Amino acid sequence: MRSEATSLRQRVLPVAAVLGVTLLVWYLGCIALNAQGAIERVLPNQPGWGSADLVRTTWNMERPVLPAPHQVAADLWSSIVDWPLDSPRNLLLHVAVTAQSTLVGFVFGTLFGVLLAAAIVHSRTLDRALLPWIVASQTVPVLAIAPIVLVILGTLGFSGVAPKAAIAMYLCFFPVTVAMVQGLRSPQRIETELMHTYAATRLQAFWMLRLPAALPYLFPSLRIAIAAGLVGAMVAELPTGAQAGLGAKLLTGSYYGNTVGIWSALVMSALLGLGLTAAVAAVERLMLRERRT
Amino acid sequence: MKAVLVVVLALLTAAGLWLLPASSGATAPTPAFGLAVVVALVLAAWSVQRIAALDTPHWAGTLSAVLFGVWVLYFWQIGVVAFDVPRVLLPAPSSIVQSLADHAGTLARDFVQTVLKAVLVGWLLGSALGFAVGVAIDRLPFLQRGLLPVASLTSTIPLVAVAPIMVMWFGFEWPSKAAVVVLMTFFPMLVATLAGLQAAGKLERELMHSYAASYARTLLDLRLPCAVPFIVSALKVNATLALIGAIVAEFFGSPTVGLGFRISTEAAKMNMSLVWGAIVVAAVTGSVAYALLVRLERRWAFWHPSVRSR
Repeated sequence: MRSEATSLRQRVLPVAAVLGVTLLVWYLGCIALNAQGAIERVLPNQPGWGSADLVRTTWNMERPVLPAPHQVAADLWSSIVDWPLDSPRNLLLHVAVTAQSTLVGFVFGTLFGVLLAAAIVHSRTLDRALLPWIVASQTVPVLAIAPIVLVILGTLGFSGVAPKAAIAMYLCFFPVTVAMVQGLRSPQRIETELMHTYAATRLQAFWMLRLPAALPYLFPSLRIAIAAGLVGAMVAELPTGAQAGLGAKLLTGSYYGNTVGIWSALVMSALLGLGLTAAVAAVERLMLRERRT
Repeated sequence: MKAVLVVVLALLTAAGLWLLPASSGATAPTPAFGLAVVVALVLAAWSVQRIAALDTPHWAGTLSAVLFGVWVLYFWQIGVVAFDVPRVLLPAPSSIVQSLADHAGTLARDFVQTVLKAVLVGWLLGSALGFAVGVAIDRLPFLQRGLLPVASLTSTIPLVAVAPIMVMWFGFEWPSKAAVVVLMTFFPMLVATLAGLQAAGKLERELMHSYAASYARTLLDLRLPCAVPFIVSALKVNATLALIGAIVAEFFGSPTVGLGFRISTEAAKMNMSLVWGAIVVAAVTGSVAYALLVRLERRWAFWHPSVRSR
């Protein structure tokens, strides 16, 4: 009991305090940023307004500079509850579209990254000729190639999920490859020599020694990869004509000056990012459970 | 010695292939030409493999990476020109270089707009803010315990999505991009600073304590120097993040100048050579920034094991 109480005091309380202060600053920011618009556009309709009216107005503007948290929450809630799941007004549809391309890209990117890492570990040529380029690509804004990938795949006749997933995929595969190469190399010499004395083939050594040893390296890179993949999927939705997806929702929101809509799409994409990472972390705990003990 | 022979043989074949009329797109490729390309490809692969297998000299590893890069460029050029790949799909390296030269003025203005204004200002401001907040809350464990989990979680959030909001607040010009960059670079630096300030060993801290060193003395002479490797690696991570942030933020709306603007509009106009040119500029910028930061790391953190072992 006591340890639970201290962990509550040590962990939950400070985070709650920080979030509470953030919320407070947000509301204060609403007053500061929206006051001008409120005084110019809304308050002239009700003469003799006081400071309480001003505050209430800034927190409930039609098109605020900064929407108040409860407005964003209300917009989120109404978009989820008031519209059917297949309506483009429902944010869950956009979340599903973005999550789908992220996950498809993530799965293929991870598979490709692991396979490439296995090849690099077993081939000195690939290790020396290809790996430096993959490592160097980490310093380059590879996301900038997204419009090119979209154009190429568009000319080749691919549309829908494929181009977005392709971008999510190539963003996922870089970190996975680099981490997997490290992980597959992590077994000590004495362990590889033990496998050798057992007359284990390279395949057996790979399955029984290298791959299990690489898992602790793989999972942190997977968390990076899925976050990168989500950004990739959202960016890929920008130039595609913007029908569906969180990125498209953000762009249409900024075209029409729908501030509340942008903020709720932003909150939704943050939640999606947290959810995807939490899912990866859950798989990690499940797979590495027996090692902890 | 045999490796050198293979490389020379591959280079000679490649040079011979280069001189054939089909290589420059003058005549249509015949089956014999296709066969010659395959032979050159096999020789090229063999040469990379032989060089990579060398143990000495110590730069053989670098050499094989460079050779591999050269071969990729070579076959990209030959393949695209000889087999007449549509320019929309993949422009030849020569036409990318050509457009780099033709549009040097445009790309230079884009570079100034995106890199020297948005990225540099945002990166400096975001990193400085993250560092300052990290040092400021060093004595407030309550705030640290509250901020650290939140700051770590932000790495899983697509922060670049705030771009449309920043465009609304700060307008289309570069300050809105710099604001996105500030937000993206702030949290990694905060996390790194907090971790770095905890990095000084117990022994050293107790030594400072036995000298009756004040908090500020300990911070300046022991804990901040210990934090330098963490801070420099956050600067490196932030350099890439800042470039991505500024370019992607320009996809959401920008004045008619900037690398991200160039990439998105020229891609919409199918002018792929210029798109690739802009990407080359961004890639070179990223690599040069990284190389500069590595040099900085060597100078500031020369004592750290990870630097010494290199």
